[in-house]
Amino acid sequence: MPKDTGIGASSKRREDVRFLTGKGLYTDDVSLHAQAHAVMVRSTVAHGRIVRIDTSAAAAMPGVLAVFTGEDFAAVGGNPAGWLINSRDGTPMREPKRPVLAHGKVRHVGDAYAAVIAETYQQAKDAAEQLAADTEIEELPAIVDMKAAVADAGNRVHDEIPDNLCFDWGWIEDNRAAVDAAMKAAPHVVTLELVNNRLVPNAMEPRASIGEYNPGTGDYKLTTTSQNPHLTRLLVAAFVMGIPENKLTVVAPDVGGGFGSKIYHYGEEALVLAAAKKLGRPVRWTAERTESFLSDAHGRDHVTKIELGCTKEGEILAIRTETLANVGAYLSNFSTATPTFLHGTLMAGPYKVPHVYVNVKAVFTNTAPVDAYRGAGRPEATYSLERVIDKMCRELNLDPFEVRRKNLLTPDQFPYTTPVGLVYDTGNYQATLDKAIELGNVAGFEKRAAESKARGKLRGMGLSTWIEACGIAPSHLVGVLGSRVGLYDAATVRVNATGNISVMTGAHSHGQGHETVFAQIVAERLGIPESSVEIVHGDTSKIPFGMGSYGSRSLAVCGSAMNKAVDKIIAKGKKIAAHMLEAAEEDISFADGKFSVAGTDKAKTFGEIAFSAYVPHNYPLETLEPGLEETAFYDPGNFTYPAGAYICEVEVDPDTGKVDVVAFTAADDFGNVMNPMIVEGQVHGGVGQGIGQALCENTSYDENGQLLTGSFMDYAMPRADDVPFYTVDHSCSTPCTHNPLGVKGCGEAGAIGTPPAVVNAVIDALHRGGMTHVTHIDMPVSPHRVWQAING
Amino acid sequence: MDLSDELIIPAPRDRVYAALNDPEILRRCIPGCEELVKHSETELEAKVVLKIGPVKARFSGKVTLNPENPPERFSLTGEGNGGVAGFAKGGSVVTLAEQGEETLLRYEAKAEIGGKLAQLGSRLIQGTAKKLAATFFDDFRAALTEEATA
Repeated sequence: MPKDTGIGASSKRREDVRFLTGKGLYTDDVSLHAQAHAVMVRSTVAHGRIVRIDTSAAAAMPGVLAVFTGEDFAAVGGNPAGWLINSRDGTPMREPKRPVLAHGKVRHVGDAYAAVIAETYQQAKDAAEQLAADTEIEELPAIVDMKAAVADAGNRVHDEIPDNLCFDWGWIEDNRAAVDAAMKAAPHVVTLELVNNRLVPNAMEPRASIGEYNPGTGDYKLTTTSQNPHLTRLLVAAFVMGIPENKLTVVAPDVGGGFGSKIYHYGEEALVLAAAKKLGRPVRWTAERTESFLSDAHGRDHVTKIELGCTKEGEILAIRTETLANVGAYLSNFSTATPTFLHGTLMAGPYKVPHVYVNVKAVFTNTAPVDAYRGAGRPEATYSLERVIDKMCRELNLDPFEVRRKNLLTPDQFPYTTPVGLVYDTGNYQATLDKAIELGNVAGFEKRAAESKARGKLRGMGLSTWIEACGIAPSHLVGVLGSRVGLYDAATVRVNATGNISVMTGAHSHGQGHETVFAQIVAERLGIPESSVEIVHGDTSKIPFGMGSYGSRSLAVCGSAMNKAVDKIIAKGKKIAAHMLEAAEEDISFADGKFSVAGTDKAKTFGEIAFSAYVPHNYPLETLEPGLEETAFYDPGNFTYPAGAYICEVEVDPDTGKVDVVAFTAADDFGNVMNPMIVEGQVHGGVGQGIGQALCENTSYDENGQLLTGSFMDYAMPRADDVPFYTVDHSCSTPCTHNPLGVKGCGEAGAIGTPPAVVNAVIDALHRGGMTHVTHIDMPVSPHRVWQAING
Repeated sequence: MDLSDELIIPAPRDRVYAALNDPEILRRCIPGCEELVKHSETELEAKVVLKIGPVKARFSGKVTLNPENPPERFSLTGEGNGGVAGFAKGGSVVTLAEQGEETLLRYEAKAEIGGKLAQLGSRLIQGTAKKLAATFFDDFRAALTEEATA
């Protein structure tokens, strides 16, 4: 019998009431007295030297209040990279300054070099157009292709960085020789070169920011579209603007999706604060859709060569990769961690592989910055690995299911130390594989394939067994690996006098459903109704601290902090109860919302204890403070390691090359599940984005660095008819061993495991149709590319 | 983007060459041309209104002619700026061959686009450019045919 409340119940998402009735409050909904409007002036060339910006005509236009250029921010700090990567030779990565507004040079189409503030949006837009006309930029040759970028030392994105290389990273460098030797000795070596296509995150809500400044107090306020308000406060205050953190409040109200792109601090946030101070008025900015395409951090964009050494029976002996990772024109905050420690550390997959070596060269180009996007590094690793294993099966004529089974780690091998620096705490990969085979009715595939064939379609089946590291992560570990921040989280549980509860969480919900799930956990633990618990997030003036939501970390890290704060509440409640019940503290137990004295019927309800804490007439004041509010910080001992098996079935039209995903089965192990409905929804969204990457989405820059896919006319988002009804299961659960809730993370799973399952299915379909010459098709596997492969 | 075509103009080669350097004929034949000023034998300035997909803008542009071997062959380069609509630049090589009383005109053109034009109109630009070129040469041929029969 499924529960109808508390942990494990599919409680309805309470936030949907306001979202679905148009009562959400997003940044752009905030309207302030005397507000002024900012419009950014962006480069239309990919690479150029700013010769002259004449602001006089724009400044004199109707309604214009101020004009800013890069010169105005030359003295303040740059937006820093959050993770230091050292190259193989031990030298630190190259870190060019990322200014608020481009200064001296523009480095990608969409790079903002000026901003106009005016009374109305239209006036600001008109003046921005004038300013663009009064700007002279000497166009320089654009650096777009990564291979050309590292080969051409003369043409530089940043004048001070030769060969456009940010770093050349080896993981693990000490293992390189052993991996080379194992590869050389392997009876069979499979090689695959592939591209992990660049994606635009395309959150439904574009980025927006509002700056406020109170000259009477010197206080700033930034309302902004952020997944990570405390980090944004730290970056904009301490690193860029030089404002004390206690003079800046950052509020991220309802946020309409982020997928990674809103983790980071962007120049517009500093701009509206500076403009608000200069004018003494609120200053607002909201991106237009094409502006989002041009200036949001993009995702993926790897070019990889992967080699896999194996026995003729398909036992994996060694894996070696060489990757060029595009970081774009500037280092976004997590851009250096994404292709390295979120990617290289996953290159062993869920398999027992003795030898793995990963080389990543991060390359500057005249394109928008690239950073973490749903999955962040792990989709790239999973795609390379699952595609090369599929190729191995074809070259050696082996069954892909049996090859996975042969190489997967077995439950008795945990905890398992991988050759790429992680310790997997628990898992049962055979169980999810078996579950996927059962739910996907693999046994009935041949019959379905015959039925497709009768309709002139080629049916194929693709498998991917994926693992990821999420719930990032232990500060002591990430510190060793180069992170410049800690990755704990925090929560405050405030019990009000009448027994209802406000929980302030460092995690930020921008669609995930924290307000529902976190309340379920607190309600269950304290034996009170869910409706008595309110979750507050996204406001640095209310929340103790937080590192935000990304990397499927909210529940595993912040949920654990909240759980720890609840422990403290219960512990204090026991002290109060012991006093009121005239019993020893150690004799008090707490269950079902009641503090009871063991072996008696004496008890106090949670509400009575809360009331007593705030009306302490009968209270141990000499030993205990009144009030009932606790804060906890939680720093995890390890990453969590969700894993699963995905089976995709496609039909390919051999005449047109069109691919239809006709069935998709996802069997995942997310550890303990707090709300099955929300988990299922997260998987649906992730798989949808995975199918989008595999079949539809591509970010295309021409050789001059012009973005050709700058709107939804040209950038193909997956639509309802591109995805099938999913079969989703998370019954094969091995609870995480090191966090108190036993939870892993489900937010990114679909985006990680899906792309290789889809592409493997397309290759399978073509092989079944006799087109065995097709060994690989790069994503997106569009009708055009499939047709070319068929007819190649 | 590359564009090439050839067509017969029913006029002698010298006349075709002269017409291609005649601002008044060009102004009449260039689609959307509002103004064409000849600054010198090799420099022209034009204002043209164009609509490419969702982007409509007034482009102001400069064209430089390079008479490599008149009247048989010449090339030109140009660039146009449409403000926030973006920019276009490119070049063309035109050859004229005598075919009796008529002239065979061949051209090869290359163009690059940037800004909003590229972001919103890239898929439409090839088709639009072909259509604009066809319109230009249709009108150009008509102008010369009219002249011959007048």
